[in-house]
Amino acid sequence: MFRRLFKDFRFSVLPVPGRLIAIIFFVALFIIPLITNQSYYLFVITMSNILVIFAVSWDLLSGYSGQVNFGHALFFGVSAYTVGLLTKYPVFGVHLQPWATIPIGALVATGVGVATCFPALRLRGPYLSLLTMAFPLMLMGLVMAFKGVTGGEEGISNILPLAATYTARYYICLIVMTAAVLIMWKLTDAGSKYIRTGLIFHAIREDEIAARALGINTIRYKILAFAIGGFFCGLAGALYVHMLGTASVSYLSMVMSFQAIIFVVFGGIVSIYGGVIGVYVLYTLLQFLGMGSGGSTFVGRYQLLIMAIVVILVLLFMPEGVGVWIRDRLERECPRCKLTNGFWRRNCRACSASLH
Amino acid sequence: MLELIIIYTLVNGGIYALLAIGFSLIFGNARVINLAHTGFFMLAAYGLWYFMRRLGLDPGWAILITVPTVTLLGILAYRFLINPIREHLAAVLLMTISLAIAFQQLMKAIFSSYYWAIPALIPGFRNILGISVTNQMLLTLGIVAVVVIIVWLILAKTKLGIALRATAQDAEVANLMGISVPRTLTITMGIATALAAIAAVAVAPIWIISPDMWSPPLVMVMVIVIIGGLGSIKGAIIGAFIVALVENSVKVLLPEYNYLAVVCAILAMVIVLIVRPGGLFGVLFEEEKL
Repeated sequence: MFRRLFKDFRFSVLPVPGRLIAIIFFVALFIIPLITNQSYYLFVITMSNILVIFAVSWDLLSGYSGQVNFGHALFFGVSAYTVGLLTKYPVFGVHLQPWATIPIGALVATGVGVATCFPALRLRGPYLSLLTMAFPLMLMGLVMAFKGVTGGEEGISNILPLAATYTARYYICLIVMTAAVLIMWKLTDAGSKYIRTGLIFHAIREDEIAARALGINTIRYKILAFAIGGFFCGLAGALYVHMLGTASVSYLSMVMSFQAIIFVVFGGIVSIYGGVIGVYVLYTLLQFLGMGSGGSTFVGRYQLLIMAIVVILVLLFMPEGVGVWIRDRLERECPRCKLTNGFWRRNCRACSASLH
Repeated sequence: MLELIIIYTLVNGGIYALLAIGFSLIFGNARVINLAHTGFFMLAAYGLWYFMRRLGLDPGWAILITVPTVTLLGILAYRFLINPIREHLAAVLLMTISLAIAFQQLMKAIFSSYYWAIPALIPGFRNILGISVTNQMLLTLGIVAVVVIIVWLILAKTKLGIALRATAQDAEVANLMGISVPRTLTITMGIATALAAIAAVAVAPIWIISPDMWSPPLVMVMVIVIIGGLGSIKGAIIGAFIVALVENSVKVLLPEYNYLAVVCAILAMVIVLIVRPGGLFGVLFEEEKL
């Protein structure tokens, strides 16, 4: 078995720079707590990992299946408030632990995702985007109106922490993130022989009528996309609440919804790794740069402004996203056998066709 | 009670109508959903406040400087930022919301996040139907009525208006008829932004000026144009008054639950969409039908 793994590594990871970078990146994430003990670094990277789940779940729903959802914060906030309410009002006198509240939050978000389909799937294009954008704001209005139950502007605080130490929280979030990204990557992999969803999502995005003509029940797959997107987004929301300890209305704001989109479009839409790159550049990097002297550095003060300007520039000059742009520089597809090659090769590594 | 609802509905509905007409115009002609629309509205309010309160200019001069400047800014943003990516829906939405966030953060960086206010352009109040209405509200109502009539006259009677409507119906055929489509779209954006700036002039003395003032009206404008149908001017005006009626009824009848106003407005939108997916007066293009 090890020989087979080694062979895979030798022949399908080493020659492809993108895969090599991805593996190095994940290994580095796993050994960071062994190097540094500073709780702030661990905290920021933990939060980034949660945001990665949030961003990538948007990519799955909107990038792959083409249902451009502008209210992704709805699932995030629903899950966060589910966890908050479970903490505030004990069930049968028992305070549920995080291992119970997180799945419940994610499942409630899945249910909300399916429920959104009823009005949302009657619409298309701009109407769908604007409708979904309004949903989290509606929930926000409800939360603010019933202050007695939800705590209004102050939100629900004193939510149990995820685990006792920063390192434990770090590893929980990292493992959940890795698993979630792997599952979403497999679900959207159009070349997979066993899972058809990836191919079908692509078909729905490119031409829904053609997909329907092929006998695909497109409505069912769109509902599936909403359910999967809602589930993973809810997972992120529940983890986020357990990390910060409070569920507040800002999770439902328009800025929150757009953060997911900004991360994904920055990294590259319709590519699972785009969300990862977006979060690690726009969130983690800006957090680290903006640290120093109590967040009063230039980057720390104008973080959102910098983010907005960077997004405008990216949209103008690299419309397909930074991640995809870099990947195109690093990898070259063989024109004959469609195998991916490193940028340094002149001939394809399998069929030795010229790459120029 | 009823009089209060009527007065507030007229004033707020008028302002929403001004904003929604601009939003609807630019969507109908260029197929661009301009989420930065209320961002320009906020910029104009800040400009007015800056010229009047910081530089001490006359209100007339302040308006004369602010409205053209913001309009020019809108045209420049359209030419250099929105036009190159006009074909991609998600990119346009992201670009315009980034613009709005950038405006908000810029205003926050320059003027900090304090709340500012402008004195009424005409002080005093009078009694109408037994309730006191400030003169500023009546002025706002007057501005709204005049501007809506002017826009309607431009669209219905002038050559430019015919060109605008032709482009909205079918840009390719309009191009074949000798209408310069890019120029028409730029003019549309100019008119839309000017309408947002005029709305800001009308409303700045009533509302509070803050960096966050762009997002609540944006939500309302979105709800309005979806109810009325994207791209329809008549729909925008009628939708504006429907939404203002719902919002102000909730605010007057249930003062302790005034956050429910947004919820009710959005519920109204969902109901309209389920009954008529294109909005009340909207036109669904063939490729947008399900």
